[in-house]
Amino acid sequence: MTAHPPRLVVEDATIGYDQRTIAERLSLEIPDGSFTAIIGPNGCGKSTLLRALARVLTPSTGRVLLDGKAITQYGSKEVARRMGLLPQTSLAPDGIRVADLVARGRSPYQSLFQQWRSSDEQAVAEALEATRLTELSGRLVDELSGGQRQRVWVAMLFAQQTGIMLLDEPTTFLDIAHQYELLELFRTFHDEGKTIVAVLHDLDQAARYADHLVVMREGSVVTSGPPAEVVTAELVQEVFGLPCIVAPDPVTGTPTVVPLDPRSVAR
Amino acid sequence: MTQTAPAASAPPRPGLHRRRAIGLVLLAVALVVACLASLAFGANPLSLEQVWRGLTEPDRSEASLIVWTLRIPRTIVGLLVGAAFGVAGALIQALTRNPLADPGILGVNAGAGFAVTVGVGVFGLSGITGYIWFAFAGAALATVLVYLIGAAGRGQVSPVTLVLAGVALGAVLGGFSTFLTLIDEETFRSLRSWGIGSIALTDLDDTASVAPFLVVGLLLALALAGPLNAIALGEDLAASLGTEVGRTRVLGIVAVTLLAGGGTAMTGGIGFVGLMVPHVVRWFTGPDQRWILATSAVAAPVLVLLADVLGRVIARPGEIEVGIVTAIIGAPVLIALVRRSRAAGL
Amino acid sequence: MSALPRTGGVDFGYRSGTLRSRLLSVRVPLRVLGVSALLLGLAIAVAVVAIRYGDYPLTVSQVLQTLLGGGEPFHRIIVLDWRLPVAIAAVAFGALLGLGGAIFQSITRNPLGSPDVIGFDAGAYTAVVVVMLVFGSSGTWSIAAAAIVGGLATAFAVYLLAWRRGVQGFRLIIVGIGVVAMLGSLNSYLITRADITDAMSVGFWSAGSIARVTWASLTPSLVLGTVIVLAAIALSPALKRLELGDDAAVTQGTRPGPVRLALLVLGVATTALVTAAAGPIGFIALVAPQLARRITRSAGVSVLAASAMGAALLAAAHLLSLLIAQVYRSIPVGLITVCLGGLYLIWLLIRETRRQAGAPR
Repeated sequence: MTAHPPRLVVEDATIGYDQRTIAERLSLEIPDGSFTAIIGPNGCGKSTLLRALARVLTPSTGRVLLDGKAITQYGSKEVARRMGLLPQTSLAPDGIRVADLVARGRSPYQSLFQQWRSSDEQAVAEALEATRLTELSGRLVDELSGGQRQRVWVAMLFAQQTGIMLLDEPTTFLDIAHQYELLELFRTFHDEGKTIVAVLHDLDQAARYADHLVVMREGSVVTSGPPAEVVTAELVQEVFGLPCIVAPDPVTGTPTVVPLDPRSVAR
Repeated sequence: MTQTAPAASAPPRPGLHRRRAIGLVLLAVALVVACLASLAFGANPLSLEQVWRGLTEPDRSEASLIVWTLRIPRTIVGLLVGAAFGVAGALIQALTRNPLADPGILGVNAGAGFAVTVGVGVFGLSGITGYIWFAFAGAALATVLVYLIGAAGRGQVSPVTLVLAGVALGAVLGGFSTFLTLIDEETFRSLRSWGIGSIALTDLDDTASVAPFLVVGLLLALALAGPLNAIALGEDLAASLGTEVGRTRVLGIVAVTLLAGGGTAMTGGIGFVGLMVPHVVRWFTGPDQRWILATSAVAAPVLVLLADVLGRVIARPGEIEVGIVTAIIGAPVLIALVRRSRAAGL
Repeated sequence: MSALPRTGGVDFGYRSGTLRSRLLSVRVPLRVLGVSALLLGLAIAVAVVAIRYGDYPLTVSQVLQTLLGGGEPFHRIIVLDWRLPVAIAAVAFGALLGLGGAIFQSITRNPLGSPDVIGFDAGAYTAVVVVMLVFGSSGTWSIAAAAIVGGLATAFAVYLLAWRRGVQGFRLIIVGIGVVAMLGSLNSYLITRADITDAMSVGFWSAGSIARVTWASLTPSLVLGTVIVLAAIALSPALKRLELGDDAAVTQGTRPGPVRLALLVLGVATTALVTAAAGPIGFIALVAPQLARRITRSAGVSVLAASAMGAALLAAAHLLSLLIAQVYRSIPVGLITVCLGGLYLIWLLIRETRRQAGAPR
């Protein structure tokens, strides 16, 4: 772990929608340079927390700090250059092509008169390269497969060249090969120094790729820390209600959850 | 638009079932009340006793005459046409998945209006009996044209293309109609009253001849409710459940044409009913098409009849056409409801 | 400065030109640029030809001569004082309508989205109906003022009614539908109760005509129109960000609420301008962006192409209306835009679905 202070901090925040409060008086620190995974059962507030981090939702009490300053005090473009979000569902304009969509990620750096500097072009080319979309860059996004389309959105986020990347359930609805392909991609981003915060629903994947886990239940943080410490059979039972044993992954050694057989438990 | 994650629909909560059933019963009661009001109120208000006597013992008395020659016809028209527009509106919103869609979007109103304009302006027809079949034919032809434009040799149509084709054809026909009305005062006079929507235009004979089409349309719509539910889950899923998506769409359009075409031919088109009632109904019954169609079929006539009664009472001894009143009382209700935070999109 | 068929390292799948200097760097898809320039050129050419026609027909060479500074004094009056403002209006108003339609369709994410979604047209119509039928006034300025006031008041009311900690597209559309329906009822009531001649003159106004445009009414419109266009250009990056969804827009540095409001105001302003000067000219705001999109095969809604298409449509409709007046009778240009626009859209839809026949769904 690096000794840098955490770039993203949540202080005593109450977050919700309209009349419904999802999380009350939540406090959290995202270690700098970490790959943090937020996990928890459905409805625990993972996505809500991520959206509050991304400044999409404003807490009714408390605050979110980015680089030591309250996030609401930054200009929006300033925030956009430091932190980017991959939302759970996104809309692509009809008929847009891959390179165009990726290029939209450059908008925090563009102004009315500077819309396509060489730095923009280079960033887009790098993003296409990093996500292995260079050959597909001229294709229509509508014509791509689900896995490819998700890579386009990731490329757009990469082109935004932020130090912090927030990912809201990036692997949902992808097939297994594409899920791991995407996670490996995030790992390379992490190796290059980016701070990744991802909401993941698969515990094994979270334990395998993240170096810091945040476990949530019913709007509060149950515990946080490295996967090896956090993922225990007791925790899974308590938070998810699933009887299991936790065994080391045969390939990576990270903890994997193996549910008990209900038929043999009854005996 | 490309979305990365479709949402799954959840089974209804147990409270919803009870609420829907109660709602339907209440609406049915309201419908009976509305019918009675329609028979009782007007330029010459009658007491319920007089209405009853007029119904059961038809004689030459004034009350009996009023009930039989004036009010029963319009009550029947209000019932039929209200249900027709309400169901047609629900169908079209399910078929096109567009909140701006009303039954006229497939060209029904424009087609009927154009046919009537031609009938009056070119052929010199007059009176609803004269041009009711013109109107119906015009509505049907327009819808067929819209469908052909949208399908253009492929056989399957996307909702967006259908809607655009409807808007396009509607505009063209509307333009021609306006032209014909602006060059001849008589045509203008006839058309300005026709398009507003009134349930007092048709006599029992005309009603009886068009009614079968409306009934067929209603039955067809109810039969389509199940397949429409499946289609709402997504076309692929629907197909895997055994639903024939293409056929459902075509039959749906046929039903809309029968209902909205017949209704427009009889009344000139009562705006807003087909647009508003399904929205409001859906916010209470949830997304099950069977409930939406059934409840719309009952709720819409309530709106139409009450609006008609209001129009007769307020402007005694004259009357304000129902097409005007439905919007004036319906719109605030619609707006108030959409402001509730629960109101979701389509 | 360089204009390349492909921008250096990235293949966009279509040809675009890049301009890079110290003050300005921009990349423009060539097809969009080319089509827009073509449409605008067409619009201007058609508008110039239209100057020929009227009670005193002129030849093309007479028109050109007069425009370029020469020509007989009598011709100068006809061309420069009477017909030139109408020709300019055809191009400028058409472009404004196309712009307004593009903005609305982008914000509402609905191909049926047009300034009338927010009730503007209906509000303007009601105000004019009231002024003409209830107060019996039909001067150009009172009608223009009524149209603007009525339209803006309605748009404002719809926006307020739809506002509940922000405005969502769906709620805005439904409230717009409700308000438009109520106003429509009111209009119907007034029209059917009015004297037939009065009612017909309202009918004529509502068909929309640029024939009444003079320099006095055109100049303020052009000034305002330029302001609107500049504002739209300034907001176009924000518009593009909104296309991706509110969450994505926020994370790219835009606040959706204020930007959407500003864009709505702009969209309504375009309609207000045109309606005040010429009456409601229908269908261009609705159709121009759709036609432009299909021809340029661009992503989403292209504001530039939509404006150029609008200009071309209105200019063509204007010429057609004059030609028909020569042989039959005078038809308001608003009726022609409706028929022309509709027919063209139908043709394009047929062609599009036919081309897709056989492609997997």
